Amino acid sequence: MKSAKNSKWKELMIYKGVRGKVTHVIGIIALVFLCLVFALPLYWMVCTALKYEVYCFTTPPQWFPNPIKWDNFLEIFQRMDLAKYIRNTLVTSLVPVVGTLLSCPMVAYSLTKIPWKGGKYLFPIILMTMMIPAQVTQIPMYATWSKLNMLNTFVPLVLPSFFGSTYYIYLFRQFMKSLPTSVMEAARIDGAGDFRILYNIVYPMCSSILTTVAVMVFIGGWNDYVGPLMYLQDSERYTLGIGLQMFKTAAQPEWTLLMAASTIFTLPLIVIFFFCQNAFLNGIQTTSGIK
Amino acid sequence: MKKNAATKAKAVRKSRQERKFFWKGMLFASPWLIGFVCFTILPVCLAFYYSFTDYNLFNDPAWVGFKNYKELFQDQYVWLSLGNTMYIVILAPLIGMVVSLALAMLLNQKNVPGLPFFRTVFYLPSLVPVVASVMLLTWLLNGHYGLVNQILGFFGIEGPAWLTDPRYTKISLMIMDAWRCGGTMIIYLAALRSVPASLYEAAELDGATGWKKFFRITIPYISPTIEFNLIMSMIGSFQYFTQGMLLTGVSGNQVAGGPSNSLLFYCLYLYQNAFSFFKMGYACAMAVVLFIIIMIATMLARKISDRMVNYDVE
Repeated sequence: MKSAKNSKWKELMIYKGVRGKVTHVIGIIALVFLCLVFALPLYWMVCTALKYEVYCFTTPPQWFPNPIKWDNFLEIFQRMDLAKYIRNTLVTSLVPVVGTLLSCPMVAYSLTKIPWKGGKYLFPIILMTMMIPAQVTQIPMYATWSKLNMLNTFVPLVLPSFFGSTYYIYLFRQFMKSLPTSVMEAARIDGAGDFRILYNIVYPMCSSILTTVAVMVFIGGWNDYVGPLMYLQDSERYTLGIGLQMFKTAAQPEWTLLMAASTIFTLPLIVIFFFCQNAFLNGIQTTSGIK
Repeated sequence: MKKNAATKAKAVRKSRQERKFFWKGMLFASPWLIGFVCFTILPVCLAFYYSFTDYNLFNDPAWVGFKNYKELFQDQYVWLSLGNTMYIVILAPLIGMVVSLALAMLLNQKNVPGLPFFRTVFYLPSLVPVVASVMLLTWLLNGHYGLVNQILGFFGIEGPAWLTDPRYTKISLMIMDAWRCGGTMIIYLAALRSVPASLYEAAELDGATGWKKFFRITIPYISPTIEFNLIMSMIGSFQYFTQGMLLTGVSGNQVAGGPSNSLLFYCLYLYQNAFSFFKMGYACAMAVVLFIIIMIATMLARKISDRMVNYDVE
């Protein structure tokens, strides 16, 4: 009897949508709470960066920097060679963008739009190389670059991108496969060579994937830690990541300055994110195989 | 006779065309072909060769047979670092999946006000460079003045010494990695959106409620995505390095692994062998073993998941 009443009550709730509303409200509350949790570390980074050192070590913590010390952002440029680090990081992240955008579409074009047998055999090999962990090739590469006297230069970090990287070739291939060949055929009949077709027809058609890959390569270079760690020993050549780490180990950690430097390190990526949100979201989704 | 000649001419034309396309294909694929030989094939072969030698970068490699491999199995640090790595390999993918899937589910509710805002907030941490996030982590988890322990203290909980107590160091790192799960979250969000609403409607008519719908429809439908992410994250965890390196720092010619070597990950020990102790041959042997471990683990994972993943959806 009771259960019948109960189920009727339940039915009524579903009918009125009460249940749905309650879960909805709980869901939104959870969302807001988690949002605060996720945002808090970022806020704390900026907040610490704007404080005077003494106010970092108070209990309870000082939630709003007061007084605000903008000078931390100037001081950090004097205390370490931040400008030089930024320049070096730009070199190691922008040059690979150029390299990748030149080489990978070319290889993908060969795999998808030129009717030759290699395309069939090359692609599985390309995929297989993705399985090899970087640690295996690292040491022989290091030994070779050191024999070529290329240590302490940017060459080992940027040159390989001009020879294509498997991952981005894969992305371009997936994208180019779906491009219509009719336009290219027409151009070929009109006497255009393959390079002409690639640069004048295929590139414009690929603009969205080009942006995506450019953004991904840039971020990869900007964040790279292992490469610069191995190859750049001279402080003249340090990138942001290495410089920051050295600054931390050099002295007692000065949190306000470290957080200011971290903010500067992160900021460009966030700016890029806001300008090319779609490129980001597309990139993540194409890489996972979901269209 | 005439017909024969025509087909012959045709065949010649065809083979000429084929040859033309072959060279053209080679030309356009050449960047990768060169790169493949120089940056993959040769280094891999060299790594295999070095792994059978004593090599310190300054002298020529000297052949020692299986000595490095034998030594490797008796090296306590190898086992220790492998244990630390396995800890991450088993837990990190699961934690990452739970957190990112939960976030994606919350974002996928009907009528979320300000969805792009929430999505952005959850995604932003994954943009913070690893070095900067480890800095931030060290500061937030500072035993006395770190924000986390201050907040815990406010609720009357005495927080642990996150980064100096060996029981908590790896957990701290995994918390940080969970915080940076934005990319995976976006993937799950896209997968969740691809589940057809008609399936849910049909289930509702049959009286299915929230959890049942989640386990019977959502999870099976997105299982290929879950598999992909778990395996990628597992492979990544085997190569766990940067975070450990940043927290332990390099120290001359001693093994540096953080508090009680709790952060000595396999790749970190490999790196120290190569670049602190200059035992390049030994490090190469470690790399080869890592390669084999990753291959076996990936195959096992695929075999296990093949039984659980539902590939019928398309």
